[in-house]
Amino acid sequence: MPITNATQIARSKGDPRVVRKGPSSLTGSDRLTRALGWFSIGLGLTELMAPGFIARTLGLEGKEALIRAYGARELASAVPTLSVDKPVGLASRIAGDVLDLATLSSALRPGNAKRDNAAIAFALVIGVTLLDLVAFADVKASHRRERGTHRDYSDRSGLPRGPQASRGLARRDFDTPPDDRAEGSVADAVPATAP
Amino acid sequence: MRALVWHGKEDIRCDTVSDPQIEDDRDAIIKVTSCAICGSDLHLFHNLIPAMLPGDIMGHESMGEVVEVGAAAKATLKKGERVVIPFTIQCGECEQCQRGNFSLCQRTNRKGNLGDKAFGHRTAGLFGYTHLTGGYPGGQAEFLRVPFADTTHIKVPDSIDDEKLLFLSDILPTGWQAAVQADIQPGDTVAVWGCGPVGQMTIRSAILLGAEQVIAIDHLPERLSMAAAAGAVTINFETESVIERLNELTSGEGPHKCIDAVGSESHVNMGQPDTLLDRAKQMVMLENDRPHVLREMIYACRPGGVISIIGVYTGLVDKIPMGQAMNKGVTFRMAQAHVPRWTDDLLRRIEDDQIDPSFVITHKVDLSDGPEMYRTFRDKADSCIKVMLKP
Ligand SMILES: NC(=O)c1ccc[n+]([C@@H]2O[C@H](COP(=O)([O-])OP(=O)(O)OC[C@H]3O[C@@H](n4cnc5c(N)ncnc54)[C@H](O)[C@@H]3O)[C@@H](O)[C@H]2O)c1
Ligand SMILES: [Zn+2]
Ligand SMILES: [Zn+2]
Repeated sequence: MPITNATQIARSKGDPRVVRKGPSSLTGSDRLTRALGWFSIGLGLTELMAPGFIARTLGLEGKEALIRAYGARELASAVPTLSVDKPVGLASRIAGDVLDLATLSSALRPGNAKRDNAAIAFALVIGVTLLDLVAFADVKASHRRERGTHRDYSDRSGLPRGPQASRGLARRDFDTPPDDRAEGSVADAVPATAP
Repeated sequence: MRALVWHGKEDIRCDTVSDPQIEDDRDAIIKVTSCAICGSDLHLFHNLIPAMLPGDIMGHESMGEVVEVGAAAKATLKKGERVVIPFTIQCGECEQCQRGNFSLCQRTNRKGNLGDKAFGHRTAGLFGYTHLTGGYPGGQAEFLRVPFADTTHIKVPDSIDDEKLLFLSDILPTGWQAAVQADIQPGDTVAVWGCGPVGQMTIRSAILLGAEQVIAIDHLPERLSMAAAAGAVTINFETESVIERLNELTSGEGPHKCIDAVGSESHVNMGQPDTLLDRAKQMVMLENDRPHVLREMIYACRPGGVISIIGVYTGLVDKIPMGQAMNKGVTFRMAQAHVPRWTDDLLRRIEDDQIDPSFVITHKVDLSDGPEMYRTFRDKADSCIKVMLKP
């Protein structure tokens, strides 16, 4: 709510205040998705700002540029993940997870002195990937319109006399106000003046 | 009391809140008997409209019984009377109210300075909406404080059910104004984009106002079936080309009148690639709304035609083909509905069996199911078209 903060709007004095909160429209998978989105932001910023530290910790020296690019990718997927289009964000996170795992597996090579760290990171990413998959399946399912089950409302005309008999019924006694008529605006703008 | 409260994006809860109290002589308190969820509430649900505060009470379509009246409202309103509350709050005295432009009332926006900054000049106070329009607590609640209650009410007879009267608060006059703004003439073809509750009311209004052919555009089969029930020809934009079909149906000349009952959140889909771009821009705050329907209407409209915009837009939009609009000489009319301007006339039409707005209700549930119903209505799940809530 940037505007809200910038203008320091506040609730008016007499307005009702929340006494006890009730159940929310947010589901568990909505909350999980939101957490994953913020995780993307945290990780993305770290990768962008401290790629050298990450490379040293995992034995991936020389891949700093790649890590930075991954940071940008994380931030880019955080945006849809935190939006109402959660499936798009989660799908892009899952694609990112696969890239992360591929890169980390190169750090699992036998000669790497930081192999233990890389193994821990690998396990963490696998865990996060599982969460992404669960959240993706859940939000997809909860936002789906059940295909082919739509009801037929063709008996709901709302016009008690039927569409044909209703056509133009209001023309008998309804005058369109001047400001909604073609002649209104022009006539008002150029008042007739006596010669 | 219980109320549906906004806590953030997609986060609406049925909370217990303190009861509203009379704050001003012109106030009244009503005990809400029925209220509804509107497409405009979905823009708030998605946090597309700025200046909401966590703790704001939702809802602008409500009716009920007067339980308390301030001294200055006593002349026109009495305890026990049954009223529908328009979503616009009006003073009845300012220059705009005098002209019937009730959604532009100059006096009822209690956060007028905010309105002045955001819009250039303030507009009317609205219930259950952003603080740019006063941030008044809304009516998806057991009780509602009605400011300027001496003029902000529609008295309704006891003999008619809530179901038929509730929509005088918003979608019926809104759909009516959408059609009136289009200045419909006998012989006109009127194309209506969007078959949500507002579009449905617009279609019926266009028929009553004498449109020869009404064309309804959407992609949800259940909504198209409801449009067809009123005699509209339907176009499914996911399976058909809107422009081709409109030309076919008008001997290549285009509709005389085009009405936008979709607004800010045009459906995002591969078949309409501009919506993908708009959605991406929206996410990174380069654009506020997805104006696909505006673009399509300007292109489809017959030269010299009228474009009536009743769907809500919230801010900045991109790539509006102003060149087409200017060269084709189309007229634009748009507004938040001036609800009380039309309600006496519409109440008479309900009593006279010209229209029965209850046709649009597909879900009737307890207020406490509200948070769940916001999701159902948003996802267009369970063939949901209009949700009525019972506090
Ligand atoms: N001006 C006013 O006073 C006023 C009052 C009430 C509501 N509104 C606005 O009217 C709009 C509609 O409200 P509603 O309650 O009917 O909401 P809704 O969300 O139920 O309906 C919108 C409909 O538009 C359809 N749609 C989406 N993209 C489309 C496209 N490209 N072409 C054709 N149809 C498309 C959707 O499938 C949906 O059926 C909202 O923007 C709402 O804020 C304005
Ligand atoms: Zn509304
Ligand atoms: Zn006024």
